[in-house]
Amino acid sequence: MSNELKNPFAATNQERQARKKEKLIQLSTQFITWLLVIPVVAIIIFLVYKSWPALSVEFVTENPKVRMTAGGIWAPLIGTFFLVLVSLLIAAPIGILAGVYLNEFARDNWLTRFINLAVVNLAGVPSIVHGLFGLGAFVYFLGMDRCLLAASCTVAVMTLPVIITSTKEALASVPMSFRVACWNMGATKWQTIRTIVLPNSISGILTGVILQVARAAGETAPILFTGAMISSRVADSGWDAWVPYGLEDRFMALSYHLYIISTQWQNVPESFKFGTAAVMIGLVIAVNSISIGFRIYLRSRKKW
Amino acid sequence: MSESSPTTSQGFSLRRGIEKVIDFTEPAVVGLIHLCGWSAIIFVMAIFFFVFKESLPAITGLEEGAIQGEVEQLDLVEFTTSPKWIPESAKKPTFGILALMVGTLSVTILSMVIAVPLGLGAAVYVSEFARGKPREILKVLIELLAAIPSVVWGFIGLVVLNPMLVDMTGEPVGLNILNAGIVLALMSVPIIVSVSEDALRAVPDSFREAGIALGANRWEMVYKVLFPAAKNGLLAAVLLGIGRGIGETMAVLMCTGHSVMMPTSIFDPVRTLTATIAAELGEAVRGDMHYHTLFLIGVVLFVFAFIINLTADLIVKGIKVQGNE
Repeated sequence: MSNELKNPFAATNQERQARKKEKLIQLSTQFITWLLVIPVVAIIIFLVYKSWPALSVEFVTENPKVRMTAGGIWAPLIGTFFLVLVSLLIAAPIGILAGVYLNEFARDNWLTRFINLAVVNLAGVPSIVHGLFGLGAFVYFLGMDRCLLAASCTVAVMTLPVIITSTKEALASVPMSFRVACWNMGATKWQTIRTIVLPNSISGILTGVILQVARAAGETAPILFTGAMISSRVADSGWDAWVPYGLEDRFMALSYHLYIISTQWQNVPESFKFGTAAVMIGLVIAVNSISIGFRIYLRSRKKW
Repeated sequence: MSESSPTTSQGFSLRRGIEKVIDFTEPAVVGLIHLCGWSAIIFVMAIFFFVFKESLPAITGLEEGAIQGEVEQLDLVEFTTSPKWIPESAKKPTFGILALMVGTLSVTILSMVIAVPLGLGAAVYVSEFARGKPREILKVLIELLAAIPSVVWGFIGLVVLNPMLVDMTGEPVGLNILNAGIVLALMSVPIIVSVSEDALRAVPDSFREAGIALGANRWEMVYKVLFPAAKNGLLAAVLLGIGRGIGETMAVLMCTGHSVMMPTSIFDPVRTLTATIAAELGEAVRGDMHYHTLFLIGVVLFVFAFIINLTADLIVKGIKVQGNE
């Protein structure tokens, strides 16, 4: 009783408990978050540690040899690179224009809602169903047969929704006043987009697009039946080593290669499997950090 | 537009010529933009059309060679209720996807049991408690978690988690529901974190201020103010996580043990719908029952995914409408 008279603002027991509980919750959510993140770091370190015997410049630049028990991963690596490149060439124009439509042209009506719904659903289609679609539509219906082009088309369809979403975001970050000023000068909608909106957002759009397509290239399911092959002869040096696959050729890809050597193929040295996984994660980290760095750079240069 | 550039007013200017051509093609370009805008709808319909088209002969019946002359047709009752999946049997192939569906569901449910508390906890921490540098680092690392390819996750389950589970549980093989559930949980956590963080951020700051002003501490504010206000977005996050789990292919193909059976515990191996397509379509001959049935499984997956995404989208739209009031 006397205590309360001395300090009327002292915390009651109940308040003290509530504060204790808050502290506890904060610590436990913090613990949970780090719990999620630490395995990733641990896994990366473990992969690099296990693949150390194989990791070398030759591992990246040499082709797989002697039933994948020697050599390196050049053939699948360059295959993945071409998959990304061709998918990018197909998906980027369509996706960027679709983003432009949704952000600049679309009115708030049922059609727009329908399109947005389709984008969400396209993003949610399981990757293996994309693979089935690629097989049914590109390989059989359009008669492409299993090849780099068919696989790239499949991956392009798969990345379309994420490209549309990231383009929309980049376009939405251009202030409305820029457009209004341009319209007031008498410019048409397309002139405004071409001279004001796109130049102010193109670097953001491209970062998003490249990041998303590179991510999709890590997928295995869509290329499983549309063009990836277990083993393909690739020249060891010269022009043919740099451009080993034409659009009509089947190709090796890093993701499929890892699947094959870790589940189907016998006698592949442990360090080769870990090395392939480590290179894949390394590429993912590289693409991600470049895009993050670029984002920070863009933010610092922003004029508005 | 053209009058506004006095420096190029004399003689022929290439730049102006190009601009004129571009302006002349404006209707065509605008038309192209509209067409691309509708591409998402076109592709969703095309996906359903082509996958359904390839599966159709299984339902309507296909002529199994001219010799027998009889029409072979998939028994839809057997398809949905039989746990037996014996597609390449010479005597009597059986196409029942019940065990595969149970496999998909058990792995997905386990992964959600692990991922939902972790994902929500992490979202609350990242959006409400953390600030400054650690927050940025955590966001980057969680984004990285989302970027790791599924085949690498499968590899991790196969070579890292597998021996660990054998040591810990004493089972002979560590490729089972538990393994796939853990891997899938780690894969779907990023999507749960990012969608629920968005949902928490969408709650106006005035709600937080009102809560604090009434004497709530941070946790009481999160629990009693933010959770009810953001509950639709949080539900959508869980649904999208489920969608990811059902659709995931390579990781579950490598981690579940890949045997068709009705599981009785989380240490049993199972096989999922997606893994079955991935593993068997390569061997199935185009045009036979097995091939068409695998496409029918694709249709089932498409419909599942469609319903889940539609529901999640409607729920999120629900919050937006509420937020405007």
